[in-house]
Amino acid sequence: MLLKDTPIRHKLMRAILLTSSAVLLITCSFYFAYEFFTFRNTSIRQLSILGEIIATNSTAAMAFDSREDANEILSALKAEPHIVAAILYDKEGNPFSNYPLSAKTTTVLPKSDFEERYSFEESYLVGFQPVIQGNKRLGTLYLKSDMGAMYERIRLYGIMAVIVTIISFLVAYFLSKNLQKSISKPILALAEISQAIAKRNDYSVRATKLGEDEIGLLTDAFNQMLEQIHTQNQEIQLFNKNLELKIKERTYELEIANKELEAFSYSVSHDLRAPLRSIDGYSRILIEDYGDKIDDEGKRTLQIIVKNALKMGYLIDDLLAFSRLGKQNVTKILLDMNAIAQRVTEEMVAQNYKTSEVTIEPLLSTKGDSSMLRQVMTNLISNALKYSTKKEKPVITIGSYHENDYDIFYVKDNGAGFDMKYYDKLFGVFQRLHSPSEFEGTGVGLALVHRIITKHGGKVWAEGKVNEGATFYFSLPVF
Amino acid sequence: MTNSIHDVDVLLVEDNPDDAGLVIRELKKINLGNSLYHLSDGAEALDFIFGRGEFSERKVEDKPKVILLDLKMPKVDGLEVLRTIRDDDRTKLIPVVVMTSSREEQDIIRSYSLGVNAYVVKPVGFDNFSKAVAELGMFWILVNQSPR
Repeated sequence: MLLKDTPIRHKLMRAILLTSSAVLLITCSFYFAYEFFTFRNTSIRQLSILGEIIATNSTAAMAFDSREDANEILSALKAEPHIVAAILYDKEGNPFSNYPLSAKTTTVLPKSDFEERYSFEESYLVGFQPVIQGNKRLGTLYLKSDMGAMYERIRLYGIMAVIVTIISFLVAYFLSKNLQKSISKPILALAEISQAIAKRNDYSVRATKLGEDEIGLLTDAFNQMLEQIHTQNQEIQLFNKNLELKIKERTYELEIANKELEAFSYSVSHDLRAPLRSIDGYSRILIEDYGDKIDDEGKRTLQIIVKNALKMGYLIDDLLAFSRLGKQNVTKILLDMNAIAQRVTEEMVAQNYKTSEVTIEPLLSTKGDSSMLRQVMTNLISNALKYSTKKEKPVITIGSYHENDYDIFYVKDNGAGFDMKYYDKLFGVFQRLHSPSEFEGTGVGLALVHRIITKHGGKVWAEGKVNEGATFYFSLPVF
Repeated sequence: MTNSIHDVDVLLVEDNPDDAGLVIRELKKINLGNSLYHLSDGAEALDFIFGRGEFSERKVEDKPKVILLDLKMPKVDGLEVLRTIRDDDRTKLIPVVVMTSSREEQDIIRSYSLGVNAYVVKPVGFDNFSKAVAELGMFWILVNQSPR
């Protein structure tokens, strides 16, 4: 496991333990080395003192050549158990006396060992001490000391060092385990809170601050950020709620307005028709029943009344059809536009426009509301027929093409056309570009076309030139 | 209205006297004027049909051959009259023709749901209107056979 991926607790503990172990190891090593050298030096010094004392004591015995005295002096070495052997040599280097007495030797001391010298040989400390009286050399003292004690002590030190290291390590472990918490705990708490927020999207929770250190600052900043997000969220929610409320209000108002409009169109349809019927009906009765008593001018006047009553009736019907369209839903099905155009054209040409020549090019089939598109075709074709009646040879072309996901249909005539200057008024309700004496009409037909096509998600447009004809286009989306 | 309240073939329920005048004139032209009775609101119509109040001399079994019913009327409107007639076993089979100025889809649907026999929108033009009334009279009184 990589160190950068381990939890922060482990990282902290590892750092603390490694540091304390290293310190402990270095300390122990130095102490151990110090002890080792101190002990060696002490041993050498002690042995040399002993050597000097014995050498001094044995000068008399050597001077008088008394082996007994020399043996006695050496036997005092019993008090020093670590002295395993001692030999007194005379000035020629021949053994004179030895300790213990049983270990007799005959080896002559080589001249090289006549100098004072203390050194370690294998696991023993050996010393050569000259025996001197005044400036007269009497002999040499040889001492051999066992270093087992020293090694014993060093081993003890080693064991103690290991025990201390283990105990220190354990103490360091438990201490670090507890002490790292003051650092890792607030960080872990922060991490936990941020994870909880990410999971639950609850920005109302806050991290608990555990101190005034850098982590405390971090916690403060974190909480501040949360506070800001929370406030912003609340603002957005409030804003949304207000918006929803406003939409509801507007929808309600619109519904009321729509209902009022419906009620209005209902009463228009019912109440405005009745008086018209009476105006028309009773004028006719006047003509029928009292015709012989009214002169021609009177009859003409009555006819005008009748004609206008009828016209108002058509106006009301068209207006109602237009307003009713707002409530109707578009039910799209695949339509055979050829069949629709043909039937509409046949009906109208047969009725009023026998001289007109109508060409229907093969039309695209498209999706739309059957009755609504029939109405569109009726209005456009009847307009084309109506406005071209004054031409000697009225020619009308109905066609279609496909462009950018739209099916586009057009009705083209060579009739009166219109001035593009007044294009804005073309599709407005009750807007007319011709006077009733020129061409009859209520001014609702194109407005109705516009409304139907818009409801289908399409567009209506036109091109025209005065006395050269007009082309009306409508597009329907293909999907 | 001077006609007898008995042996009525056509019951005209119409609040507009001018419209009623036109209807009566046309029915007279085809000789149905004598068996016609005109009432100008829905409450009167129900009293007439069920032989109540002012018309207590009448019997409910003495049914008209057809009722020409306007929709928009004061007090009790045409749809209410239609519902009451259709809810009663004694009167539910009387042919009822709604004659109204309203082309509203909801009126047509509600009338048919209540079991109207025909729904006629009064044309504005006199010619069409007289033609419609004459045809209605001819059909319901002379051509149609309804249960007695």
